[in-house]
Amino acid sequence: MSTTSLLVIAILILATLGYFLASKRAISTAGGDRRKLHSLPVYYGSNAAMFTAIPALGVLLIWLLAQPMLVERNVLSTIPDKLITEGSSIGLVMSDVRRVADGLEVVVSTGTLSQNETLKLDTEQTDIRALLAGVGAAVGSDVLPEMLEVAQNYRAQTKMGQLWMVLSIAPLALIGFALSVLAAKPTFRARNTVERGILALLVLAASLAILTTICIVFSMLFESINFFKLHPWTDFFFGGSWAPNFRGDSDLSILPLLWGTIYISIIALIVAVPVGLFAAIYLSEYAGPRVRAFAKPLLEILAGIPTIVYGLFALVTVGPALVRVFGRGEEGLLGVEWMSGATAVLTAGLVMGIMLIPFVSSLSDDIINAVPQSLRDGSLGLGATPSETIRQVVLPAALPGIVGAVLLAASRAIGETMIVVLGAGAIAKFSANPLEAMTTITTRIVSQLTGDTDFASPETLVAFALGLTLFVLTLGLNVIALYIVRKYREQYD
Amino acid sequence: MTDAIQKPEKKKSSLLQLDARTRTRNAAEKRFKAYGMIAIAFGLLMLSILVFNIVTRGAGAYQQTFIALEVELLAGKLDKKGNRDLDDIKKVSTFGYTPLLSNALEAKVIELGIETDLKAKKMVGILSKSAAAQVRDYVLNNPNKIGETIGFEFLASSRVDGYLKGRVSRDSIGNDKNISPAQLDLVDALKAEGCLAKRFNMSFITGSDASDARPEAAGMGTSMIGSFFMMLVVLVLALPIGVAASIYLEEFAPKNWITDIIEVNISNLAAVPSIVFGILGLAVFINYMHLPNSAPLVGGLVLTLMTLPTIIISTRASLKAVPPSIRDAALGVGASKMQSVFHHVLPLAAPGILTGTIIGLAQALGETAPLLLIGMVGFIASNPPDSIATGLLSPNSAMPAQIYEWAKRADPAFYERAWGGIIILLVFLVTMNTIAVILRRRFERRW
Repeated sequence: MSTTSLLVIAILILATLGYFLASKRAISTAGGDRRKLHSLPVYYGSNAAMFTAIPALGVLLIWLLAQPMLVERNVLSTIPDKLITEGSSIGLVMSDVRRVADGLEVVVSTGTLSQNETLKLDTEQTDIRALLAGVGAAVGSDVLPEMLEVAQNYRAQTKMGQLWMVLSIAPLALIGFALSVLAAKPTFRARNTVERGILALLVLAASLAILTTICIVFSMLFESINFFKLHPWTDFFFGGSWAPNFRGDSDLSILPLLWGTIYISIIALIVAVPVGLFAAIYLSEYAGPRVRAFAKPLLEILAGIPTIVYGLFALVTVGPALVRVFGRGEEGLLGVEWMSGATAVLTAGLVMGIMLIPFVSSLSDDIINAVPQSLRDGSLGLGATPSETIRQVVLPAALPGIVGAVLLAASRAIGETMIVVLGAGAIAKFSANPLEAMTTITTRIVSQLTGDTDFASPETLVAFALGLTLFVLTLGLNVIALYIVRKYREQYD
Repeated sequence: MTDAIQKPEKKKSSLLQLDARTRTRNAAEKRFKAYGMIAIAFGLLMLSILVFNIVTRGAGAYQQTFIALEVELLAGKLDKKGNRDLDDIKKVSTFGYTPLLSNALEAKVIELGIETDLKAKKMVGILSKSAAAQVRDYVLNNPNKIGETIGFEFLASSRVDGYLKGRVSRDSIGNDKNISPAQLDLVDALKAEGCLAKRFNMSFITGSDASDARPEAAGMGTSMIGSFFMMLVVLVLALPIGVAASIYLEEFAPKNWITDIIEVNISNLAAVPSIVFGILGLAVFINYMHLPNSAPLVGGLVLTLMTLPTIIISTRASLKAVPPSIRDAALGVGASKMQSVFHHVLPLAAPGILTGTIIGLAQALGETAPLLLIGMVGFIASNPPDSIATGLLSPNSAMPAQIYEWAKRADPAFYERAWGGIIILLVFLVTMNTIAVILRRRFERRW
């Protein structure tokens, strides 16, 4: 068992011990009379457990996150230039070092060699690569003596760090334990302290959402900055072609991808908005309770189907069906040869439109239902037919909300991945023909980041710049949409 | 004077007769209503086409063609030294087992009196490439059976399977070097004799992915385990964190700009494309923290971040639905604010929270895009993990990623697998959503 898990178990045992000791002590200092205590004995116990475990575990967590980074920085500077061969980079060497060091730890833990034996290892006498392969750690090339030296250095520093970790966290837990058990007296306001602690945990959980956003932005920002160091930003934003080339010198411009994304999204919205809007109007204004109870959940099933299912539907069913209509020359239904492959803008757009129908309809349904009944009654009372009421009174009143819903649907369409990965194709180009294959931002992110990725090449890093653009784009749409929806809701509530 | 007032010309109109304007208005009304119906019908039609597609294309994956053969485990081939030493037997690769299969098939053909021009070597082509491995595994487990004749049921190759299912026809195999018309004749003859038949294929549900050349042996089992471990991570992390965050925002947070930022942030995170969470996972969990690639733990962490907003939004709604009188009563009898929330409000909101969590989990279960970026694609794990730690940390796939992997392979036999996998995935999703609906119906209280 590793040092860390032993430490965690020790802290937890100490916390449990603290719980029982403190609640016992609180009762005994009150002379066995619970009524003299400020709080229930449970709170004295919880207070002790809290002060023993939480600071120690918190520091442990930060330590575990920070230590590898610091060790790596120290080790990085000791890597001799000899190890960085042609076609390699310092990052790759570092990951080899890590693999050798981790492999040696495994060798020790499986009992193949003792700790001292691994420290005395020599590349001349033992085949370290074979030794590591024996315990399931695969190293790409033979381990050079310099590499072994760096790896041993890495191991020594990690060991040192772990020692310091135990030496600093164990006293922290013990101090918390001692102080909180000693504090368990009738006059101590244990409940207030415990509740403040719980509140702090609740705040922490709530701020995780912010932390996620910050992580998203920074992780993409840093890699995007790296990308723009390697590749001119003018080409990324204003270039005309997308042609990644893994030997370097690629054209990486977002414009053709952006065009494909927007084109597919527009087709999807052309399908989804009228259908979804009319479905919502019918369900909220015309349909009786029975039709509503039957049709609404059925439509919403469409929203619960995973996007991979739609992707396969596009690739295997809709695409070939469209080819049968628009392609195959004389054999096709129209006798034309406009479409050659199943993957096309229209395929992906249609299927994405189907996916978005329930999204548009349930959002619009809510918004139409929020229009006060008095507006409808007034209009109907003046002699308007129901459809005139809807067109001239209800829809104008609901318009801002519907615009918000459409914007949210658009942001969904832009960020959708699986349908376009399977249905849209992989060719980046500017074309107005919906029967041609085109590609989107999300498709390119997937293709640049799957498989072997080298984080030093612009071809990989471009995915982060694309992701950042996508994030900004959808965030902008969402913010505008939510603002419109919120503002509109305030009018009638 | 009175006759100066002209009597208005009497218009011939009746309430019982519609004038032209009313008729057009009524027609417009009917049209408008019809548009609505068409829209709903379109949506339902698409749903039924989708479901029909899934069922008809996917059902095939649950049936597989098997060939029954009696294989003589020749001692001379498998154990040349004759000492039944396992290490020696292991030295014979699957290649060494192929002659046994061709012998068995040839014997069968002669026994049944089927006429064919095929050589024994060619006949084996109708068996799956996994057949030799199947015999080898059997021999390694039962070395004492060497020399006996054992009855086996082998998977047929995917082309033969497709022929029986109507996916492959004699016309379509013109350029196919994996199967020939003569082999199909043999298949027909064997089928007539009853030693080749389709039956329920359990290994599709329990097995693991297979290589490109053996679509007939691929199964969903291992990726289901991967999905299970991911859902475990999501449940363990997202439920407590989501509930804690919602309690703070709904019950304790002061109305100020920080709370506002958190709220706007959460509703925006709910609409961030899922692939962005995949990028986050790749950059933070794998590149920065060096968590293992393709591990369900990483997938679970990414999906946790993705489902947190969903859970927070639904939890807040159900906390809001608990009437303030409950809180006031608790405070009135001397409970602290914290006690009133944890002892009274939270238990009353629990069914709603659970419903929201299940829906969030269902959403996470079907998500594919972020998993592709952290490397959870198919054909990684072949054996089920032996402990929770390896289940979390060893590379695995997940159900939707496995389906994507199959959809990408060019062989149509894999499409059938993908649709079959979708059926399993949808069974899980439907079950989860049904549980959520039942929970909501049974325990939801209207105040």
